[in-house]
Amino acid sequence: MSPSVSSELARGRPTPPGRLSEWVGQAGAIVGLEARKLAHDPSELLFRAVQPALWLVIFGGVFSQIHVIPTGAYSYLQFLTPGILAQSVLFIAIFYGIASIRERELGIITKFLVSPTPRVILVGARGLSASMRGLSQALIVVLLALALGVGLNFSPLALLGVVVAVVLGSALFSTLSMIIASIVKTQERFLGIGQLLTMPLFFASSAIYPLSLMPSWLRPVALANPLTYLVDALRTLMLPGEIGQFPLYVDFGVLFGVTVLLTVIESKLYPRMAQ
Amino acid sequence: MDASGDAPILEAKDLTRKFGDFTAVDHLTLSVSNGEIFGLIGPNGAGKTTSIKMLTTLLPITSGSATIAGHDVQKEPAAVRHSIGYVPQLISADAQVTGYENLWVFARLYAIPREERERRIEEALDFMGLAEVQNLLVKNYSGGMIRRLEIAQALMHRPHILFLDEPTVGLDPLARDAVWEQIERLRSRYGTSIVMTTHYLEEAERLCQRVGVLHRGRLVGLGTPAALKAGLGRADATLEDVFAQFAGEGESISGGYREAGRTRRVAVRLE
Repeated sequence: MSPSVSSELARGRPTPPGRLSEWVGQAGAIVGLEARKLAHDPSELLFRAVQPALWLVIFGGVFSQIHVIPTGAYSYLQFLTPGILAQSVLFIAIFYGIASIRERELGIITKFLVSPTPRVILVGARGLSASMRGLSQALIVVLLALALGVGLNFSPLALLGVVVAVVLGSALFSTLSMIIASIVKTQERFLGIGQLLTMPLFFASSAIYPLSLMPSWLRPVALANPLTYLVDALRTLMLPGEIGQFPLYVDFGVLFGVTVLLTVIESKLYPRMAQ
Repeated sequence: MDASGDAPILEAKDLTRKFGDFTAVDHLTLSVSNGEIFGLIGPNGAGKTTSIKMLTTLLPITSGSATIAGHDVQKEPAAVRHSIGYVPQLISADAQVTGYENLWVFARLYAIPREERERRIEEALDFMGLAEVQNLLVKNYSGGMIRRLEIAQALMHRPHILFLDEPTVGLDPLARDAVWEQIERLRSRYGTSIVMTTHYLEEAERLCQRVGVLHRGRLVGLGTPAALKAGLGRADATLEDVFAQFAGEGESISGGYREAGRTRRVAVRLE
């Protein structure tokens, strides 16, 4: 190696890791990659708009007519809209792990893991990436609600709160999904478990009926279900007046705490995808 | 992180990996010197990929030790990751984004400073002959272009040593020649040491200064291709004969369904 080449090598090589700005840059790279993928092929986002539309228009339409679900001073559609947003966030995030499985079947994961990016940054940034899909759902649900004439709270602070709640909810359920992917490792098993999980998570939450309507055995299950806190936060933020079951700090505290816990667990499991 | 001088860039000592009762790599000891292209050859399931995964910090080491550019693989994995580049056997470029975007992500993951980033990406694209297709989605690339893009991704941060796992599997002869040429230019231009696995002996003979023959996890032969051939005592010996001598004639039963499936899938996708 000639002296000029080796000095160029020495100059060009980054200093060893440990710096915050480096981690932010690495997380930004992962999120940026996901943004570019969605920009190249946004079709998934459009297909995903169909399901919340069906729930709001058909399910919401029917149950609004028959007044069987007591929702206090709010119309059933008002009550339902935040629930359907939470549901869309859950449904789009819970299959996010399929990307890990595809990347494992190719060699993409190994390339991420031999880079000097800390594992927890790789996993945390994947969770944040998933929130772009969740936010696109939020936009769609809000537009649908506007079209249906549902009265929502549009104060800037409330909207900011909705964005944060959707980001946290997406990160939480997509990280859960990645954990499942790291454990089962194959597409077939993953899809089976994903299907198995979504409906119980959805029905054992306050997405489409209030907690007070649940049989007493189901209520503790709902209270242990992170989706309940996402629904509660969104309902508090999106509807005018006071409707939440819990204070917002409880909702956000639970969502944040569970997301951090799942991220730590997955950063231990993720490297196994390359072994 | 000084790798100059005569110190070997890679040293492995009694490197061993067990999966349950099965010993995939058995007391592998070898060293690779600065600027050398070293080949690991052996049948499927001989332990080539397992060895590389241990050396690249992907797989925990059961026993033994290894250092790369002076850093202990087990104790200083982060420093080792800064010093190495790795192109896995399976496809590792992302088909859903462009060639440029594939490089952009890794330039940031390797923390190449912002002011240097564009220049490095451009240089890597030029070096690998991909400048003209940089804005095409990778799903429209040919197999040879994908391989060159993957090598470009792995060298932007100027690794001391590059690990190439079966770099030309599934490529047609023309694309294979192009990849071989890039590997040789890589060493002459940047002085990068290279460890490559292959089961194409022609490839090992053309590119590698020394080869190690792995069989059932053990290093059963080590030397220059010429010395290994001369060791057989026949004037017309080929590396195939060396391989047969060390690895035995029979077909290896390891590797198995999953390995075969993966290899073939790579071949199909690279078409």
